[in-house]
Amino acid sequence: MLEQLNEKDFGTPRRIAEQEVTLEIDGMQVTVAAGTSIMRAAAESGVNVPKLCATDSLEPFGSCRLCLVEIEGRKGYPASCTTPAEQGMKVRTQSPKLQELRKGVMELYISDHPLDCLTCAANGNCELQDMAGVTGLREVRYGYDGENHIHSQKDESNPYFTYDPSKCIVCNRCVRACEETQGTYALTISGRGFESRVSPGQDQPFMDSECVSCGACVQACPTATLQEKTVIAIGQAEHSVVTTCAYCGVGCSFKAEMKGSEVVRMVPDKNGHANEGHSCVKGRFAWGYATHQDRILKPMIRSKITDPWREVSWAEALDYAAAEFKRIQKKYGRDSVGGIVSSRCTNEEGYLVQKLVRTAFGNNNVDTCARVCHSPTGYGLKQTLGESAGTQTFKSVEHSDVIMVIGANPTDAHPVFASRMKKRLLNGAKLIVIDPRHIDLVRSPHVEADFHLPLKPGTNVAMLSSIAHVIVTEGLMATDFIAQRCEDKAFQQWRDFVALPENSPEAMQDVTGVQAELVRGAARLYATGGNAAIYYGLGVTEHAQGSTAVMGIANLAMATGNIGREGVGVNPLRGQNNVQGSCDIGSFPHELPGYRHVSDSTTRHLFEQAWGVEIQPEPGLRIPNMFDAALDGSFKGVYCQGEDIVQSDPNTQHVTAALSAMECIVVQDIFMNETAMYAHVFLPGSSFLEKDGTFTNAERRISRIRKVMPPKAGYADWEVTVQLARRLGYEMNYAHPAEIMDEIARLTPTFHGVSYAKLDQLGSIQWPCNDDAPLGTPIMHVDQFVRGKGKFIITKYVATDEKVTRKFPLILTTGRILSQYNVGAQTRRTENVQWHEQDLLEIHPHDAEERGIKDGGWVNIQSRAGDTVLRAKVSERMQPGVVYTTFHFPESGANVITTENSDWATNCPEYKVTAVQVMPVSEPSGWQKKYTRFSKAQQALLEQAQQGTT
Amino acid sequence: MDIKNLIHMANQIGGFFEAMPDREEALLGISGHLQHFWEPRMRKQLLEYVDAEDGKELKPIVVSAMRAHRNRLLPQH
Repeated sequence: MLEQLNEKDFGTPRRIAEQEVTLEIDGMQVTVAAGTSIMRAAAESGVNVPKLCATDSLEPFGSCRLCLVEIEGRKGYPASCTTPAEQGMKVRTQSPKLQELRKGVMELYISDHPLDCLTCAANGNCELQDMAGVTGLREVRYGYDGENHIHSQKDESNPYFTYDPSKCIVCNRCVRACEETQGTYALTISGRGFESRVSPGQDQPFMDSECVSCGACVQACPTATLQEKTVIAIGQAEHSVVTTCAYCGVGCSFKAEMKGSEVVRMVPDKNGHANEGHSCVKGRFAWGYATHQDRILKPMIRSKITDPWREVSWAEALDYAAAEFKRIQKKYGRDSVGGIVSSRCTNEEGYLVQKLVRTAFGNNNVDTCARVCHSPTGYGLKQTLGESAGTQTFKSVEHSDVIMVIGANPTDAHPVFASRMKKRLLNGAKLIVIDPRHIDLVRSPHVEADFHLPLKPGTNVAMLSSIAHVIVTEGLMATDFIAQRCEDKAFQQWRDFVALPENSPEAMQDVTGVQAELVRGAARLYATGGNAAIYYGLGVTEHAQGSTAVMGIANLAMATGNIGREGVGVNPLRGQNNVQGSCDIGSFPHELPGYRHVSDSTTRHLFEQAWGVEIQPEPGLRIPNMFDAALDGSFKGVYCQGEDIVQSDPNTQHVTAALSAMECIVVQDIFMNETAMYAHVFLPGSSFLEKDGTFTNAERRISRIRKVMPPKAGYADWEVTVQLARRLGYEMNYAHPAEIMDEIARLTPTFHGVSYAKLDQLGSIQWPCNDDAPLGTPIMHVDQFVRGKGKFIITKYVATDEKVTRKFPLILTTGRILSQYNVGAQTRRTENVQWHEQDLLEIHPHDAEERGIKDGGWVNIQSRAGDTVLRAKVSERMQPGVVYTTFHFPESGANVITTENSDWATNCPEYKVTAVQVMPVSEPSGWQKKYTRFSKAQQALLEQAQQGTT
Repeated sequence: MDIKNLIHMANQIGGFFEAMPDREEALLGISGHLQHFWEPRMRKQLLEYVDAEDGKELKPIVVSAMRAHRNRLLPQH
């Protein structure tokens, strides 16, 4: 029954080599790449050698002694997992002697194993059970009464899986998975001989160890020793569906293992191109939110936010919303309404929302939450390289010699990619970290940055110009590449600019706070260390000079010729699952799908013909502009799909004042989020498990999400947008999201070759995918830049207006952690809260002592925008003068403090720099008290509706 | 819209483009950016501020750009 769930395991990893060898296995001629193990060569030709300690995600270990074979002309019985196939070799995988040896090994295993197969959670999916069958084990001569581990105590501390030592066969697969796949080294084998047992940390429970709950060990375990609690609770799945994780921009492929329409577990797909069988705690385990009791499953309306909600039919809710938008446009004008779509939504949903705004509303007032994260990436890379996207595959990092990480914390925010990166670092690549904080990559088990440049927040551009200065003045440029591939005039201007003494590391030392020699060393390494790749995150973009910094990064890559091949490039690590996609499909107010400006009459005409309406040639309002326009009375209604602007956008009080000034807010979401508390219409959303669609990850990789259960509220999100558009007077006709993708492909040159059929065939596709690149484009800008010649752009450092003063002497920077995600709407409703149940303020011991702040004590954080109270975490990860918090819990009010300062080019908020004062206090802030009252009142209004009292 | 905010944003844009050695290119860059990324009501309000108050809180390069390329900043509809 379970065979279809488990893909073939070839035992050892695939080897890639130009040279091939041909050998004979059980009389068959087999040709494989040199370096391939005998076990894998056999498996590839359909011969399955018995095994327990081998699995194709891990390097061979040779401990279980089940995979022994006979090789003609060789003595003994070598392990097929550790023995490479050789030219002319003659191998026998089965013989009476081999059977006897294998059976003997199995007898030993089984003599110390509980014989509870029928009631074991792994029943039907246990490799030990399988091997007992394969080896023909019929008796255990040693009996079962000898010394054993059968009564060992289970470790159930982890909320998602159990560790049952009684079932452990000490195959080391979990230990090796933790090392090789995840790179955390949390597990070891403690004890010797019979005492050997898997041990998290120093014989600690899993939850007290360094384990990050990625699930790699559980995945690798051949028995029920490490077992998902959901499998223990409900049994093995009966079918599976390949889909894509709805968390970060890595976009891991998973097999949703199902019993009917119930998810049993999410298993990382080893054929997934983004993750190749790996996962993190969020995607692997934190999917329970999708069926959480907090889901709102009935549409609701109310005329004022102080009124109770009233549950209504879909028809009534949509009629009401449409009528309100029409009323507002009639009264206040065409441009008084707009739409916001989350980057968590699918490409097809985002496309429909922007289409609704441009057709039914008749304006361009549409924006996406990429506005508040990676909009500077879109702008900066378009200007310099010609395309608003990263240049590589994740796999490309395997070819990097130097990795530069700027303003990103991959081990927390993009953990599956971080594991790939760590693997490469362990194999010799050099690492440069540019970050104000002492992030894990700076120094963690077996990984240590060659250079850590702990710059002051807000000085990225100064740092990048300093690095460029060294490269230019020390003659480290790739002159041939520049001459052939880049615009000469722009290059000359840039070269002259960065060579100015004011841009030298010595001159910038007081600005960045980083010793000049460190900067010089890092610059030399980046320019001369071989293939050099830059990975960056929101620590680059969420600044007043976010776009300038992105251009500075592109300048560095061009100046050193580190672009257009494997192992190099400019790699934005996108925050949410579909940040790239939401930008690609026209969610910005100035661009139609494919990053084509609305003022481009040819493009506009194309869409006008397809959509049958006139499209406005002027850019619409961005999200922060919408708030400003709401406050001046000219923006009155918004259709907000999947985005929680109240919790995630800066200066919360500014946002709530703007929403309070509006007349119709329509929120489509799976939960009553913070924004919905200011809404007049609530349309229940569908989770990623309830609909079909696609996400596009940080590599430009388009992957399918597939419906595994019916929408809990009756409709998938795209169907709701279609119905709303119809009621607004614009007819949309789609039978399936595949048809929406077909329309995107028809109208967007970079997507011309994309279809669901091709996605099913290839698994995923990196755009551009068209006649020139029918299978997609893994690496961009190979022979020439998308814009033709690359353009160097001058990046002058301009200090942020958010300066420290006597009143606000510290800089607050914000971010996220491994176990929680963004506004926490999903992860707060899972057991991940066991790792992080509240947002904390991290502060350096010196700053804490100066203020009388104790670890764990309450502190007030005050900025010019507002104040809030959190518990303090005194930490040397911070540099003096800088404090840090996350924004996963609404009651924390992290964005009450952040200001509406933003990037000059894109209005991406300057989340990473807020001048604050921090002082010990004993009670919540005024805002928090007000928030608690408001939140309770809104909860009561919701409960009234759900209890049918309205 | 809050004119102070518009002035602040326009000055930020000016701060980026004024680093360009070619002044004409910088003026085109500023006006082009406003044209391509600012919604018409924002441009209109800033133009009115330049007309009424001589753009006194704006960087001179922003005022120059807006005056030199006024036509492209006027709403197209």
